Amino acid sequence: MRAAILAVRTLAREWRSGELGVLLLALTIAVAALSAVGFVVSRVGAAVELQASEVLAADLRLVSANPLPETYLDEARRRGLATAGSVGVLSIVFHGDASQLSSLRAVSPGYPLRGTVVVAAETFGAPENAAGGVPPRGEVWPESRLLAAIGAEVGDEVSIGAANFRVGRALVTRPDQGSSFAELAPSLLLNAEDLPATQLLQPGSRARFALLFAGDRDEVEAFKAWIGERKQAGERVLDITESSPQVRDATDRAGRFLSLASLVAVLLCSIAVAMAARRYVQRHLDSVALMKTLGATRAFTLTVSLVQLGLLALIAASVGAAAGFVAQAWLVRALRGLLAVATLPPPSLMPIVMAIVTAFAVLAGFALPPLLQLSRVPAIRVLRRDVGPPPLVIWLAFWPAVIAIVGLIYWVVRDVPLLLGFTAGLAAFVAVLALCGALLVRLTGSLRSRVGVAWRYGIANLARRRAESVVQVVAFGLGIMVLLLLALVRRDLLEDWRASLPADVPNFFFINIPSAERGDFLSFIDDAGAATSRALPMIRGRLTAINDRPIEGLSFDDEGLATREQNLTWTSELGDDNQIVEGGWWRPQDTGQPLVSIATEFRDSVGVKLGDRLTFDIAGETYVVTVASIRQVKWDSFQPNFFLVFPPGLLDATAGTWMTSAYFAPGKPRPIAQLVRRFPSVSVFDMDSILGQVRGVIDKAAVAVQSVFFFTLLAGLTVLLAAVQASRDERRFESAILRTLGASRRTVRAGVLAEFITLGLLAGLLAALGASIGGYLIAKYVLEVKYTFDVWVWVWGLGAGAVLVAGGGWLATRSVVGQSPILTLRGG
Amino acid sequence: MSAGPMTTRDIVLKAENITKQVTSPEGPLTIVRDVSLEIVAGESVAIVGPSGAGKSTLLALLAGLDAPTSGRVWLAGQDLTALDEDGRARLRAERVGFVFQAFHLVPALTALENVSLPLELAGRADARRLALATLDRVGLSARTGHYPRQLSGGEQQRVALARAFVTRPAVLFADEPTGNLDTANGTRVCDLLFELNRDLHTTVVLVSHDQTLAARCTRALHMDDGKLA
Ligand SMILES: Nc1ncnc2c1ncn2[C@@H]1O[C@H](COP(=O)(O)OP(=O)(O)OP(=O)(O)O)[C@@H](O)[C@H]1O
Ligand SMILES: [Mg+2]
Repeated sequence: MRAAILAVRTLAREWRSGELGVLLLALTIAVAALSAVGFVVSRVGAAVELQASEVLAADLRLVSANPLPETYLDEARRRGLATAGSVGVLSIVFHGDASQLSSLRAVSPGYPLRGTVVVAAETFGAPENAAGGVPPRGEVWPESRLLAAIGAEVGDEVSIGAANFRVGRALVTRPDQGSSFAELAPSLLLNAEDLPATQLLQPGSRARFALLFAGDRDEVEAFKAWIGERKQAGERVLDITESSPQVRDATDRAGRFLSLASLVAVLLCSIAVAMAARRYVQRHLDSVALMKTLGATRAFTLTVSLVQLGLLALIAASVGAAAGFVAQAWLVRALRGLLAVATLPPPSLMPIVMAIVTAFAVLAGFALPPLLQLSRVPAIRVLRRDVGPPPLVIWLAFWPAVIAIVGLIYWVVRDVPLLLGFTAGLAAFVAVLALCGALLVRLTGSLRSRVGVAWRYGIANLARRRAESVVQVVAFGLGIMVLLLLALVRRDLLEDWRASLPADVPNFFFINIPSAERGDFLSFIDDAGAATSRALPMIRGRLTAINDRPIEGLSFDDEGLATREQNLTWTSELGDDNQIVEGGWWRPQDTGQPLVSIATEFRDSVGVKLGDRLTFDIAGETYVVTVASIRQVKWDSFQPNFFLVFPPGLLDATAGTWMTSAYFAPGKPRPIAQLVRRFPSVSVFDMDSILGQVRGVIDKAAVAVQSVFFFTLLAGLTVLLAAVQASRDERRFESAILRTLGASRRTVRAGVLAEFITLGLLAGLLAALGASIGGYLIAKYVLEVKYTFDVWVWVWGLGAGAVLVAGGGWLATRSVVGQSPILTLRGG
Repeated sequence: MSAGPMTTRDIVLKAENITKQVTSPEGPLTIVRDVSLEIVAGESVAIVGPSGAGKSTLLALLAGLDAPTSGRVWLAGQDLTALDEDGRARLRAERVGFVFQAFHLVPALTALENVSLPLELAGRADARRLALATLDRVGLSARTGHYPRQLSGGEQQRVALARAFVTRPAVLFADEPTGNLDTANGTRVCDLLFELNRDLHTTVVLVSHDQTLAARCTRALHMDDGKLA
């Protein structure tokens, strides 16, 4: 207790000597880096789950072809879950004489449990969120294209089955509408209580029944298990883990990458902490010896230092977590739009725990060993100045640091192989950098005899504090290098993207063009001044057997691709975005033959090879076809493309629709609205916005990653500060001696500046070198694009290095150099 | 209290055949050789001798700042050689005061805080009041809130004296207490030292090159090459 009081009382004055400030700054930056990323990852993760729930309109969805028993709903309500029901059925909607096949959704109160229904007050009107997702009784909300197809407006009467309804609004989107091309019929929402009146639900009518559940995560999980034990054949449970596994995987991986990136900053900060702690020990040898002389025990003196550092850790954890929070708010703003969720859920508080643990782990690993050492300084030092603490046992100094860092890495990755890989990689990387740094410092030393007095003094300083110089060059070089590297990678990515997309890449996709209207449709597009690409037929079919073995008995890498209903096409022309990798394309004599050409993706996930016989059920007819060729498809050409292509003459008679894409030049009018009215069954996909999104994704991801690495640069700065602090007394003394010997203040300053500029140039050199090599490797092996040498990397690297280091070092040493030599030599 | 050969109640410090050996690059080096002495309560003893004779080392051994290679030391009835480092520290906190050549104040603490520090280390409740009184005694009641670097050398040494006496120690050890001071300031510090020695009945053991200071002591021990003459 007495120790704690003394610690607090002296803390304020200790502060002035500087090293505690550096220590605090380094800890704060480490905490801020880790917690900013932690906050972002937790929010984006939660958003991805939310987004996944929205696709289901619930957290859990139970679907069946048969009506579902009430018992599920009762049990869910008993468990405090929100519930709703939805019945989907295909039916014709009439308006006067006009009619259109539609996908009806009858929904009950509460729908949607997740996400929102978006409606418009008139056909193709401005979208707005509907207050509730359920139309009032007697009212329906059809999609605009349905209204256009039957020539109805909001307010008109339409009839469905045996009942009549008023069109209340136009439906824009509902959360669970699905995005696959499969759901092509325009949809319509109606109140579940109106469904019986339509008399659509007859035995044998193909309806899809769904129950929706949402609530507390644990409750939902428990309920899912409960359903799992009772559900009947034909009943299927969908939850968010199944609805978008890829997105979750990608976010998980991105989150881990960002966290590891922030650990690089933590590592650099730890070095700064170690340097500051060393100086703290040096400065406190006398005080601790004196306190012991006055009767303080070892535990007492240790407690004083521990309390002081503990207080700093607490301050760093709070300030760092607050800074991390602000940084994440900014980061999340930069990332906005990457996710479909409009408002991100608030961050969890976990990163704050992380902040505190980080601060204490770094201190325990890097500052505790020297402090333990400090408490061992013998009291006799008050009489004999040369007596210091017994030398630090090397494993004692080394292991806590290694354990702290490896522990933090494990905490972030939670995966032993990844932990080992990252740690080994990091160690090797730092070792290589340190080697390069040492080499550079050494080479610079040999320049000494060729420069003027100020530069010679500066370079001599670098060489004399060689170890510190190398650490600083590496710390800074690392920070600048990752930023440069990211700029390079981003440039390569965008250029690769742009190069792969010619200016007239189709920006509109049209599917579901009735065969009869194909000619009209294509000339309509022509008249609008747009260039259409190839038009392909689109037929639905299902794979039923491979080499005469029914697929029910087979297992696949990707179940969906093998078992779901496929879109098929036939054509005689091989687009230049398709490349045959095995077999051969249709020859004239193949026309009408039972053959098929498959895409490499289909081959890989279904596991078929050239010459295999595939049985398809297409519109009720069975076709047995032989795999005649395998194509590599460039899907991002934005041309219509299919996994399965049949030769002409085989399926020509099968009813199907057509699809095509077209390029509308920017700035010209796009008669899409007229087009939808004229060809109501055609579905339109606007690719311009999707293209823009892809570009946005790359840019935003780059910003996010770069801002995380910005912490690395800051961490590099704290290492510089710590190093300058450590050499402060020495510098003060040197500059006093130099000035006593007749050097002007200017000469001394020029020498210091020369030292830091050299240091910065070396760091920049290392950074540019590393970024160039890294950029080359990434371009060649990861992105597989041509590497273009960029001289700006070197200009920026050297420039940023020199300016940042010289600026930082200059500011930190200004007061030392400026001090009058008398003051210094008298010991003030 | 350990059972030492404390025959006379008045013997406050006793050394028995103490030797201090250290290892240096040139092999083992004996700095203090077989020294025995007894010092009675209230005495003031000066240890004098040429530079490098081992005076400071002997002082450190007597005060328990360092442990002898062989031999035993009793301080205020306690066998120092039987105590570990923390045990010696506790004993110092209660029974011993120090004054050094280079003042050795804690730079982060004010004059008042420096003086109350040993009281606080010993867990005394009236630390502040006692410290103020002692600072008044050395004529520094106006400078209590000042930090060491705001005080002159003489003033710093007076703070150090106040700090040494504030616990009413049984023994005060001083290593060249006037070594860094000019004559006027040195005399002032000396006067104070003996005044306190007399008033508080404190035993004083000091090392000094200063002839006048040594002459004012009740006894002088001559040391040369690690031995008492
Ligand atoms: N730990 C040690 N290692 C090596 N040599 C030591 C050690 N401690 C003391 N010495 C040496 O022992 C000798 C005596 O030292 P000490 O400081 O006791 O002398 P002193 O009499 O106080 O001299 P001065 O009057 O100059 O202060 C010196 O030569 C010193 O260098
Ligand atoms: Mg001495």
